[in-house]
Amino acid sequence: MIYLQLFWEFFKTGLFAVGGGLATLPFLKAIAQQYPWFTSNDLLDMIAVSESTPGPIGVNTATYAGFHAAGLPGAVVATCSLVLPSVVIIIFVSRALRRFRDSTLVTRAFYGLRPASAGLVFGAMLEVFVSSLLHTELWNGLGSLIAVLNLPAIALFLLLSVGIQKLPRLHPILFILAGAVCGVLFQF
Amino acid sequence: MNPYLDLFLTFARIGVCTFGGGYAMLPILQREVVDARGWATEDELMDYYAIGQCTPGVIAVNTATFIGYKLHGVRGAICATAGLLVPSLAIITVIAAFIGQFAHLPAVRHAFAGIRIAVCALVLQAVWKMARKGVTDTVTALILLITFAAVAFLGASPVLMIVLAAATGILTGVIRGRRA
Repeated sequence: MIYLQLFWEFFKTGLFAVGGGLATLPFLKAIAQQYPWFTSNDLLDMIAVSESTPGPIGVNTATYAGFHAAGLPGAVVATCSLVLPSVVIIIFVSRALRRFRDSTLVTRAFYGLRPASAGLVFGAMLEVFVSSLLHTELWNGLGSLIAVLNLPAIALFLLLSVGIQKLPRLHPILFILAGAVCGVLFQF
Repeated sequence: MNPYLDLFLTFARIGVCTFGGGYAMLPILQREVVDARGWATEDELMDYYAIGQCTPGVIAVNTATFIGYKLHGVRGAICATAGLLVPSLAIITVIAAFIGQFAHLPAVRHAFAGIRIAVCALVLQAVWKMARKGVTDTVTALILLITFAAVAFLGASPVLMIVLAAATGILTGVIRGRRA
């Protein structure tokens, strides 16, 4: 019964993959090895597609894998099974949080958690920053410093950053669209 | 508008606007949920991200569930989560069914290289906002720097760093409480 298998495998992935979309990868690799639904190579394609389409990467990958395994119903089953554990867990955490919100312990914990949260997001994004703004493959010693800089990308990055700062009323999607248009026009 | 429908549609819109995963969703969330609707404060959003990173599952989904639950209980949590999922389901199904080679088209690759740069700029701005609110003294500044360095350069597990940060927060509070 393929739907039951899909449910079980993606439920496990959702339950044990801690730390966001890419944390689901090792689980998906294991699924690729155990079932004929998709291969490890398909997985690479899936990641490329997931990263370049809207939506959370973990969800996109589950949808893609489910569709390959069993069509539209498979996509729905895989996606829902992936999110089911986290929805249940978060509802329980929310309840606990609501009750203990004002306790000293929780206040103190969040005092430490907030800056850590910012540090984590930036740390996780650093790889994307580096791969988008630098040609790391050209690095061979300090002499290659200028060659490593992807100057058009850095120029676009600075331009968009100033735009975001100066026009805070514009919706973020407009800057994303501007990025896409520049990418096509200037062959990034 | 029906509050559940409002949640569903808002998160569907957030889902459509999110390129590049849960972290890239932060600027869109700040815009749609904090600034435009006042459904959560900047502080709460940071708390949700912190918890979302050390609980199982996709961070974007966890944050949607949090906000939905905060506003309208279990039903709200389900509506917000479903809203976030529907665009992905629709878009990915179409791509998987019809255009498997979509990601390899040159125009698509160029567009996404540009999008990634825009996402970098947006996320940097969002993190800067977060950092300014979260960093209130030397201890919090150190927590931010150490967490960043550990995750970016040492490949430390985010779960471990979240636990350490919470423990540091509690410990600092205890020490200061004794002194006061």
